[in-house]
Amino acid sequence: MNSPDTILAPKRITAKNMTEKEFFYGHKACAGCGGSVAVRLALKVTGERTLAAFPAGCMAAVGFIYPQMAFQNNAIITTFPGVASMASGISVGAKALGLKDYKTVAFAGDGGTADIGLQALSGMIDRGDDLMYICYDNEAYMNTGIQKSGLTPYGTQTTTTPAGKNLPGTKTHKKNLFEIIAAHDIAYAATASIGYPQDYINKVNKAKQIKGPSFIHVYASCPTGWGTPTNTTIEIAKEVVDTGLFFLAEYENGEFKLNKNPKEFKSIKNHLSKQGRFKHLTDNDYDIITKQRDMKWERMRKFWTLP
Amino acid sequence: MNRPVKQEYNRPTHIKDFPVGPQFDAGHLADENAGWRTFKPVVDAEKCINCLICYLVCPDGTIIKGENHVSVAYDYCKGCGVCANECPKDAISMVKEER
Repeated sequence: MNSPDTILAPKRITAKNMTEKEFFYGHKACAGCGGSVAVRLALKVTGERTLAAFPAGCMAAVGFIYPQMAFQNNAIITTFPGVASMASGISVGAKALGLKDYKTVAFAGDGGTADIGLQALSGMIDRGDDLMYICYDNEAYMNTGIQKSGLTPYGTQTTTTPAGKNLPGTKTHKKNLFEIIAAHDIAYAATASIGYPQDYINKVNKAKQIKGPSFIHVYASCPTGWGTPTNTTIEIAKEVVDTGLFFLAEYENGEFKLNKNPKEFKSIKNHLSKQGRFKHLTDNDYDIITKQRDMKWERMRKFWTLP
Repeated sequence: MNRPVKQEYNRPTHIKDFPVGPQFDAGHLADENAGWRTFKPVVDAEKCINCLICYLVCPDGTIIKGENHVSVAYDYCKGCGVCANECPKDAISMVKEER
């Protein structure tokens, strides 16, 4: 029997004691893929009895190439907008069959979560189905060839928002996806980055214990779409948190909690100029990005619980 | 077994050889990813302190835990170099593949 204490504080999973089984192995993702780090680590935490659902997107395209099947656990491809509703169905179906000791996990990219799949995700949280939803955010529709999504930040060059004399690339700012999800009064929501793998593992482990919907927004870099060297995947995902362009936070019991509050931010210019998609940015664009970041942090520091 | 291994796969010759419905065995691998590589990671067993950072951040899960140091599953390593970049002791070096 689990006492309430053990549910609140699950056994910590680290690299030393996590399962040595690989559940996402031999896939065809690009070298240095950040999304596959996110999927691989999450599956290692949730374990063999995970029922995973993937919408049309990179992880579905690289994992399920007939006759290859890179997943060692139960996994299915869903429609693009319907990953949350299909995973809901899987979760409810497993309950009806009387299965024990399983976890349903839906993995979707930023497009499949913040744009196309948003209404299904909203419905899933509303119904209170028992499943974990992980959004790996690579800031554009990468699988179809780098088109702008709702989570693409200002100034990004994508194939649908080219940069030139008149345009700085993407003109819109990143959606506040985490706050949108938290506004549903979800039991547990968190943001994480693959640059901080232990923090991400802890959050997945925590979400695993929740009976009901839980959501994790994980920042996952994409060397192909971002024009970065393959070996800097983790470095960039770590740096983005240190520059303040992404934040690590949790939402629980109706309260926002900031996990990391850097005293001083690292240079945005230094960080962005390493990426091909930001090569064209002018000083004016950097000012706009810095202003947007400072506004966001001012709000977060004012209203959220600080670490 | 911790990792699936490459299995012999005979291409279907008749329609009846194809699976009925869109399902397939989990962990069925029909070929390797080693051919993608230009540089391969080589672990210096002396320098490795077994901190397992590379194990956590490998996108392909090709770092194998060992008693005193890690090693690499070369069949599925794509040579992205993330492990070498993240290693705090510089125990992993990327060496040009020769074949």
